[in-house]
Amino acid sequence: MTSLSRKITASLFLAIVTIVGASALSAQTHLLNVSYDPTREFYEEYNKLFAQHWKATTGEDVVINQSHGGSGKQASAVIDGLEADVVTLALAYDIDAIAQNGGLLDKDWQTKLPYNSTPYTSTIVLLVRKGNPQHIHDWDDLIRPGVKVITPNPKTSGGARWNYLAAWGYALHKSGNNEQGARDFMKKLFNNVPVLDSGARGATTTFVQRGVGDVLIAWENEALLALKEFGSDKFEIVIPSETILAEPPVAVVDKVAQRHGTEKVARAYLEYLYSPEAQDLEARYFYRPRLKQAAEKYASQFPKVNTFTVMEGCGGWQKAQAKHFSDGGTFDQIYGK
Amino acid sequence: MSGRSNVPSSAILQPTVPQRMGRVALILLALLFLGGFLILPVVAVFAQALSQGWKLYFESIRQEDVLSALRLTALVASIAVPLNVVFGIAASWAITRFDFHGKSLLITLIDIPLSVSPVVAGMMYVEVFGLHGWLGPWLQEHNLHVIFAVPGIVLATVFVTFPFVARELIPFMQAQGSDEETAAVVLGANGWSVFWRVTLPNIKWALLYGTILAASRSIGEFGAVSVVSGHIRGQTTTLPLEVEMLYNEYSFTAAFAAASLLTLAAIVTLVIKKMIEVTSGVHPVPEEEEVES
Amino acid sequence: MAIVQGNQIRKPGRRWSFVTKSSPLPGFRLSLGFTMVYLTVIVLIPLVATLLHAARGGFGVFLHTVTAPRVLASYRVTLGSSAAAALLSAIFGMLLAWVLARYTFPGKRILDALVDLPFALPTAVAGISLTALYAEHGWIGRYLEPHGIHVAFTPLGIVLAMSFVGFPFVVRSVQPVLEDLDPAMEEAAASLGANAWQRTTRIILPVAFPALLTGSALAFARAAGEYGSVIFIAGNMPMKTEITALLIVTKLEEYDYAGAAAIAGAMLALSFTIMLVVNLLQWWIQRREGRRV
Repeated sequence: MTSLSRKITASLFLAIVTIVGASALSAQTHLLNVSYDPTREFYEEYNKLFAQHWKATTGEDVVINQSHGGSGKQASAVIDGLEADVVTLALAYDIDAIAQNGGLLDKDWQTKLPYNSTPYTSTIVLLVRKGNPQHIHDWDDLIRPGVKVITPNPKTSGGARWNYLAAWGYALHKSGNNEQGARDFMKKLFNNVPVLDSGARGATTTFVQRGVGDVLIAWENEALLALKEFGSDKFEIVIPSETILAEPPVAVVDKVAQRHGTEKVARAYLEYLYSPEAQDLEARYFYRPRLKQAAEKYASQFPKVNTFTVMEGCGGWQKAQAKHFSDGGTFDQIYGK
Repeated sequence: MSGRSNVPSSAILQPTVPQRMGRVALILLALLFLGGFLILPVVAVFAQALSQGWKLYFESIRQEDVLSALRLTALVASIAVPLNVVFGIAASWAITRFDFHGKSLLITLIDIPLSVSPVVAGMMYVEVFGLHGWLGPWLQEHNLHVIFAVPGIVLATVFVTFPFVARELIPFMQAQGSDEETAAVVLGANGWSVFWRVTLPNIKWALLYGTILAASRSIGEFGAVSVVSGHIRGQTTTLPLEVEMLYNEYSFTAAFAAASLLTLAAIVTLVIKKMIEVTSGVHPVPEEEEVES
Repeated sequence: MAIVQGNQIRKPGRRWSFVTKSSPLPGFRLSLGFTMVYLTVIVLIPLVATLLHAARGGFGVFLHTVTAPRVLASYRVTLGSSAAAALLSAIFGMLLAWVLARYTFPGKRILDALVDLPFALPTAVAGISLTALYAEHGWIGRYLEPHGIHVAFTPLGIVLAMSFVGFPFVVRSVQPVLEDLDPAMEEAAASLGANAWQRTTRIILPVAFPALLTGSALAFARAAGEYGSVIFIAGNMPMKTEITALLIVTKLEEYDYAGAAAIAGAMLALSFTIMLVVNLLQWWIQRREGRRV
């Protein structure tokens, strides 16, 4: 039987290899940007802008492909071999995970670009229905009995972790750094959550499209986009008295880019995010730009907020992850018991 | 079937008025159930897809991303289905034409993909071909892409549609027996000509039936493909994944427009299946006059 | 290929056209060889890789992972909803099978073809469509919500989606049996004075029961593994409406590969148990039937 099965195995294998080869053939400079959910619209525009810029400065054509999904899911796909040249994820922890689990980039990736490798920031706000029928003005209103709060699952969604930490930071300050107090607050908050979507986009859809819930905890950019897409006659944004400074970071996945020979263009792609043109575009897609010029131009769109960073709120992502979102962490303790 | 009894049924039992009413009630209940449970979701897909008018509908399905998803779905099906057809024929030939130890084990193994959750199926391939899987490092060294590329999607699709052809063919070929083929062999025909001239004409309807089932599943598979796809727009996004993606982008009309293409494919499948059943007697439908008195 | 040893009688000198004891037909080696290789590459190797990964951490870790409260809750949700869906499928599947097998009415062929729609309709399409129908402002949801009946994002929604994918299994299992059941038996019973209820419980159900059980078990198995249609409508709340298949995906997203593999292993064990139970049931019923006759 051996020689025949070998033939069969060989031909099966050959078939697979042929398919593989065919898909690897297309030789043009391709860049794969693996990103999280709410950045779809922004990167679609930015990719055009960058391709023009790259053509103008180097004369080369570059095609940028996009993959979007929950931040954690995207990071794990990169770890499993999704060949991202650059990652633009929701939080530093997810890029840390790629550095730790796959060794695909240096552990000090965050020092390689300005502002901790975050070209734009955002914050966490509350989106309510027009007229604010439930009179929601701050975090405290979310734990009132009967208020339905929509937020995604912090176990899977990067945005949801920002939401969680924003509420946690507020609760901690309010209770005078009493952890038990903050924990009670979070327990009441999540008791009011009727649907826990797996991603930020899913949560927005639930709130906006399906009409579930009284208030959506969301990225500011996501909330502003919802106003734009569905009309400001239907929703209102409420800025809480205190919230978190969300810093979605970007990084070149060194090993992959080296293998593809795309290091230079990958790095340029991320650096260009800090340029005046790109910063202006970021602001138009509702991310808070780093450059003063763009920030001033769009000042009316981004009201002043009182923010704290993850470092101030919980001592950094590694600590926050271990304490709140790991198995048996505070989220597991307060939810569903 | 009902011809077993020679006594015309109406001679013994004329349905009484309450029986007729019961019959009508049961039929109405069945219609109501199917209407609410099956037809309404289909209608909803088209209603949502067309809610902004035909113009927008056609614009939605002519977007480059939707078209490339459509092409990928067609490509994947056109690789996965023939592979499973060849497998189905080989397996049912071995199983129905020969006796060997472990045959029932083999039949059980063939059924495994039916009971494995598609998500687990996708994950199984990540375990083998992923960067941290068995073959991952070797594949990477040789710059071969399986997971998060087209081959991975094909593999996952092959897995979920694996038993469809074999399951149609095995009982059919079993029932048919091997007399004709044996006669042909005894008369001196060689193996391939027996297959092409005798077996294939006999099994063609069952084969087509199984192929249709496999094709329809491979067009629509979501869970397994979702795990191995990587969701790269225009490259590794199949039509069902594109539906989810559009849905997540607030492009509800576009999402339902893409979904309507898949629904149309499903309806075409059903029509072809029904035609096969009616013209060939595979999975025969009851004669309509059979029971009615 | 240990599986076939002992049954092949190898004739010296005829390497490629040897025959088995029972058949003069050619192609045994080719067909079985291809079947085994294909089965191994597509199904067995990935399956073993996953199970080995699940076992890598040792049994203690495996047990700890698959019995964590959230995982246990997901089994409860998955199995409970699957059981409810199987029951619903059994009831409505039986009704439909009966109506299709016994009655004649206009549009019956269309109805019969429609039963297979859930097989053909991509699960993602079913998911978004059912969600659109049953959400608060959906066509059906808007009439249910005022009465306090919440379907979307509750276990009820999961049962609904699972019933959608499951009930054709029951119809297609039971329908042929009912078609084969000779109406003369019931007529004889009726002429002896049995009423409709007695005829149903004494004649029809006993005959249809094995098929009904098999169909329901298949519906259950399909429901337990279902992912695509459920995730849209479930709401996915840990401990409440999170199904096991989603939990695997969640574990993957949390970089917990061993955990994902462990839960996948537990699900595989469950799938195999269901398959075993179905086979045992069929064997037991056949034996019982055999004894009675």
